[in-house]
Order: sequence, then structure tokens, then C-alpha cells
Amino acid sequence: MKRSVTLRGETFNFLDLRELMARANEPKAGDRLAGIAASSERERVAAKMALAEVPLSAFLDEPLLEDDVTGLIVDSLDREEFAKLRSLTVGELRELVLSSNFASEWQRGVKGALTPEMVAAAARIMSARDLITAAAPLRSVTRCRNTMGERGVLGVRIQPNHPTDDIAGVVLSALDGLMFGCGDAVIGVNPAGDAIENVVALEHALHDLIGAVGAPTQSCVLAHFTTQLASLERGAPVDLLFQSIGGTEATNAGFGVTLQGLADGREAVLASHAARDGFIGENIMYFETGQGTALSVDGHGGVDQLTCEARAYGVARAFDPFLVNSVVGFIGPEYLADATEIIRAGLEDHFMGKLLGLPMGIDICYTNHVEANQDTTDQLLVLLATAGCNFVMGVPGSDDVMLNYQSTSYHDAAGVRELVGARPAPEFAVWLEQTGIFVDGRLAEGSANGPESLQAFAESVKELGR
Amino acid sequence: MSEDLPDTLSSAVEVGGDISKVTPARLLIGRAGTAYRTSTQLQLRADHAFAKDALNATFSLDESPMKELAERFDLFEVESEATSREEYLARPDKGRRLADGVAETLRENCPSGVDLQVVIGDGLSPLAVTSQVPALLEPLLNHAAARGWSVGRPFVIRNCRVGAMNDIGEALDAQNVVLLIGERPGLATAESLSAYLAHRPRTGDTDAQRNLVSNIHPGGVTAEDAVWRILGLVDAFMIQGRSGFMVKESARPTSLSEASGR
Repeated sequence: MKRSVTLRGETFNFLDLRELMARANEPKAGDRLAGIAASSERERVAAKMALAEVPLSAFLDEPLLEDDVTGLIVDSLDREEFAKLRSLTVGELRELVLSSNFASEWQRGVKGALTPEMVAAAARIMSARDLITAAAPLRSVTRCRNTMGERGVLGVRIQPNHPTDDIAGVVLSALDGLMFGCGDAVIGVNPAGDAIENVVALEHALHDLIGAVGAPTQSCVLAHFTTQLASLERGAPVDLLFQSIGGTEATNAGFGVTLQGLADGREAVLASHAARDGFIGENIMYFETGQGTALSVDGHGGVDQLTCEARAYGVARAFDPFLVNSVVGFIGPEYLADATEIIRAGLEDHFMGKLLGLPMGIDICYTNHVEANQDTTDQLLVLLATAGCNFVMGVPGSDDVMLNYQSTSYHDAAGVRELVGARPAPEFAVWLEQTGIFVDGRLAEGSANGPESLQAFAESVKELGR
Repeated sequence: MSEDLPDTLSSAVEVGGDISKVTPARLLIGRAGTAYRTSTQLQLRADHAFAKDALNATFSLDESPMKELAERFDLFEVESEATSREEYLARPDKGRRLADGVAETLRENCPSGVDLQVVIGDGLSPLAVTSQVPALLEPLLNHAAARGWSVGRPFVIRNCRVGAMNDIGEALDAQNVVLLIGERPGLATAESLSAYLAHRPRTGDTDAQRNLVSNIHPGGVTAEDAVWRILGLVDAFMIQGRSGFMVKESARPTSLSEASGR
């Protein structure tokens, strides 16, 4: 395939679909690092114009990469539904997803008829408001021990990390988050150490905490999935099975992940749930992703980072996850250089995940070696809350003391819920009222207001237990 | 509801009075509406400013504390392909490769095929190296020698990324390589060191073939615990003939309260 566009007398040629996709992408440090980005703004927009004319069928006829992820994507496509869309161009797909009645068409079948590549193509000819407007009506509802993703619900993961996995430190951090109304998405700790004993101890601690306070939510210890499965074999309670994934077979190999391994792990955890109380659904996987991941393990195969990210969602989709989030500012300036690129990527990731039917959240974050700051996370948080993001992170004071980066805080999460009128998960909201953390749907005056609040919370939980 | 409720919560309430005993995290800090108190807001800004500065700090083998270390362990310095801090940040691929001629320098100055080769990299926080490596290097090398392992001559890589371990493995054919490298500076500490470990690293290896002991700093994993964990992992590599995600650490790290002697 050769495509060319002439723009004010200057002709731009694009060798193949892979090159066209890369050149059409919005500026990203990772694409520049890989040597595949547009060499000028004129070339970028010429590529966008050419891409807008490409029919969706081209993405099936001309795979960007041949590997097991492509195989999975092709196998899981709803051919019957796709037949209705195959003659649409990328430009027409953009208009379709922005049309006012799209959400019902999407729910009826369109969400199974799009491949990650098609979604990634449309995203790069959309503006920031396009990405927000198109994503907002698309809801992906999932169930594990509560219900995430309904319209108007903004979930929060409590991320109570600790530099040495000290149990008392982790538990106290999680309690602080609960008092802000956070923790409905998951109480999920990234362990500092991957030792099995360590993961087992954390799994029991979070499970005991949830039991003690009676909160309808789920826990997760975000070790390598093989370590979580080893802990399950030792009798540890595994609510959600977590794994970082990428959009190519080579990326997943770099993470020590195979599709079969994930499928087997899911079965093992599901089987363990059958013997436990409190599960109301079979969405039990939790995946994290991020633009630039594939390049960071040299597994991109010449495909741009936006497309690789969408393909990671194609992997996630095959396992009916409870939660998926990209960790959008975590990876460093060589992939997303600054606040502009991070904000753009966060909106793209959320849109692409939602359009592919995922329960999409975002870890809105930045590291200290990137040109971004607290204002960056504030801005993206407000944008994503209006876009109907399924969940965000809650990190005490925004400062992750183990992973050494800044995400959204318990304060931020509680604040943006009030700002946009979003609620916690329904089961969790009932519990928040029972414990007095919320009064009439809002954070109570006395909750999360210093050390005295903890005493009051403990008393109210004790009362509830009687 | 669970019987152990009072214990779980009452112990947390007790700890709540002295949070720093159990975690450096910013807990129970109050609020102004749903926003931070002014003191919290400004403290976060100050900590961010210090973290940004730590990125661009430098160290020299001619200045304390690296000078003493260089004299004692005969340290020398080589460079990655990244020639400036700016290039280092923008081009991680260059930080993962040794500069032209460095492989020869290493072969001339270090024994090949040793059981343990320790390497020091500045990484994203040179400050972490000057803060943690002086306490770590001697016990690590001593304990390794006491186990009967042959130990290579340690050296420093400037503008170093973790992937440089592959070039080191190719150049020196060490059985096990340990890279002590400064972590990305955080708000609570800009002095956190990581130890990346690999068995017979070679070109093309990824993190899947590596193991990690992270958060080495006084508020995290102490130097003593780090040495113990590194040696334990290298033991496991030698028994299993491999490194990476298939090799699991066998014990949980010491808790912060124990590590800090409280």
C-alpha cells in the first residue's frame, strides 16, 4: 500500500499503514525515540488526512504486526457486526462515535466490532474534547464484590504502598483512604518485595481489614501474577488477579506473561471464589498498561505507542476484567515528555479503552524527572471525571512513598467527586452512609479530618458490628 | 462482622498518634474542604523542588564520600553512550549501552568470569549513590568473598540505565551481575537506591530475566537487609542457573519498625 497526500503543493508519501499510523499520531516522545514520528507538523497533518480516508477493512487486510496478540484480536472480532462497518473510513468512524445516539448502537454490538487498531486510528484524528465527549456516554459495568462503572459512579483505588510493606503502615494508610470515601474500586497495594511470604501476608492483611470494617469492596496485591497464584496455592485470599500487560507478544514476554498463563490464572482464581462468600460477579482481573511500555522492553515492532496501547486493551478485553487502567505519567519523559503529552495520552487511553468496552480507569500521575507537576494531575483529573472515567487512584497526599511518583490523592478523589457530582459504587455508598463517612452522599464534616476522625470511625464500625 | 474488629482498629487508632513509626506516607493530615491544608500544599511543593534538584546532582570519585570508596575498592569510572544529562533523560537506549571502547577498558581492568560483579550506576539519582553505596559496598563484597565466590573489581558507570547490565555481561562474562543504581527521586526521599540482579546477562535480556531489591534507604530497606537479600538472590541464581521472575525471594523483607530498631 502506498498512500500520498499533497498539502499546499507539498506531497507526502506513506509507505504502509504502520508508517501512516505512526506519522499521524499526536506528538509523543516515545514515537520520536523509536524514530517513527512525523518529521514536521505538516507531515503529521498530511498523515491524519490520509488516515481519515482509510477504510476500516484495511486494518484486517493489512495487519501492523503478526503475533499472538494480533491473533487474539482477529479471533475475538464480531464478524457479523463488523460487516455493517467495514466500508466506513476512519474519518467516518470518528463522526459515528461522536454522533448523539452512538451509545445505544455501541451497546447493541458496535463495541465488539472494532479492533484496537481501528480505535487507535480514530483517536489520533480527534481533539481533546472529542475524546471526552465520545467516551462519556459509554459505560462498562463490572462486578466482583461490588458494582463498578454505572453512570455517575467514579470509583477510587486506595493505593496504600509502603517502602518495606510494613503491615501496620499499609493498614493505616488504607483506613485513611476509606475515611475519604475511597476504596470502592479496590484496595490495591504494590508490594515492595515480590517474595511469596510477603505477598501472602499483605493479602491476608487487606482481607482482614475489609472484613473488620465490613466494606463491600475487593483487595489486590499487585505482585507478578505468578506470585499471586503461588500465594493462592498457599491459601491466601485473592480477590482480583493483577498483571501489567502490553499490546504485543514481545512486550508480554518481557513481563513474563503469556495469554495462556493469564487464562489459567483466571480459572484458578475463579475456582477459589466459588468457595468464598461475597462475590456478585465474575469480573476478577485487574490490568495495568501504559503508552511506551512496548518500546521500553523493545517489543513495539515499529508500531506507534498509541496503537500498542490500544492492542493492550485488546488483550485485556479477552479476560473480562473488573478494572483496567493506564498509568499515564509513570513511565518517564522518554515516552511522554511533559504535561501536554501526558494529558493527551490520558484522554486517548480512556477513550480507546471505553470504546473497546473496558471498565477503564486512569492512574493520573507524574514522576519527578518529567516536566509536569501537581497542576498537571489536577487538570487531567477534572477532564477525566467529566469524561466518565470508571476510577482513579487515591494515594495519601499524592506521594507514593514506595514507587516514588505522584498520583491523585485521597483529597483529589473526594474533591473531584463533589465537583462533578459523582458517586462511589452503590454497595459501597450504602456502607459509607452506615459508617458516617458520608452524610447524604457527601463527605461528612468530621470524617478524614485528622487523627480524631480515626477514633470516631473505629467507634462507628464497632457500633455497626453490634 | 469479624471478631477481631476491635484489635485491627484499636491498634490503628493507637498508631494514629505517631504515624511516622509505621510509615513515611502522609496520613491523617486533615483537609480544607476537600483540599489540602496550606501547610501540606506548601510542603508538597518544597519536596518536589528538592526531588527535581536531586535529578541533576552529580558525584565525583575525587570527592567525599566516593573518594574514600574509590581508594578502598580501586573504583574507576566509565560512561554509557549518553554524553549529557539531557541526552540521558531523552534517550534511555543510549544509557543502556556502554560507550565505544568501554568493553575493552573493562576487560583490561577487571577479571572475567567471576562469580559476582558489582557495578555502580548513577541512574536518576546520583544522590542515592553517594548516600547508600558507602554503607552497602563493603559488606556486600566481604560477604560474597566469605561465601567463597570470586568477586570482580567494582566500577562506576556514568549516565547509566539498568539495561547496561547486558553489555557488562557480554564484556566480562560474569556469572552474576549486581547493579547498584539511583532510583527516580521521590517526594519522601530522593536518596533511594535499587539493586538490579542478573545471572549471566546477555544482549537482548529484559527485566523478565532480572531481579530487583528496591527502596534501599534508611526509611526503607536498610543496607544490611539489602546485602542479605542480594546474597540470597545470587544464591538462588547459582542453584537454579537462572535469574528473573521465575526466581522468587524466599522471605519477606524486615518491617520498617524492626529495620529502624523500634
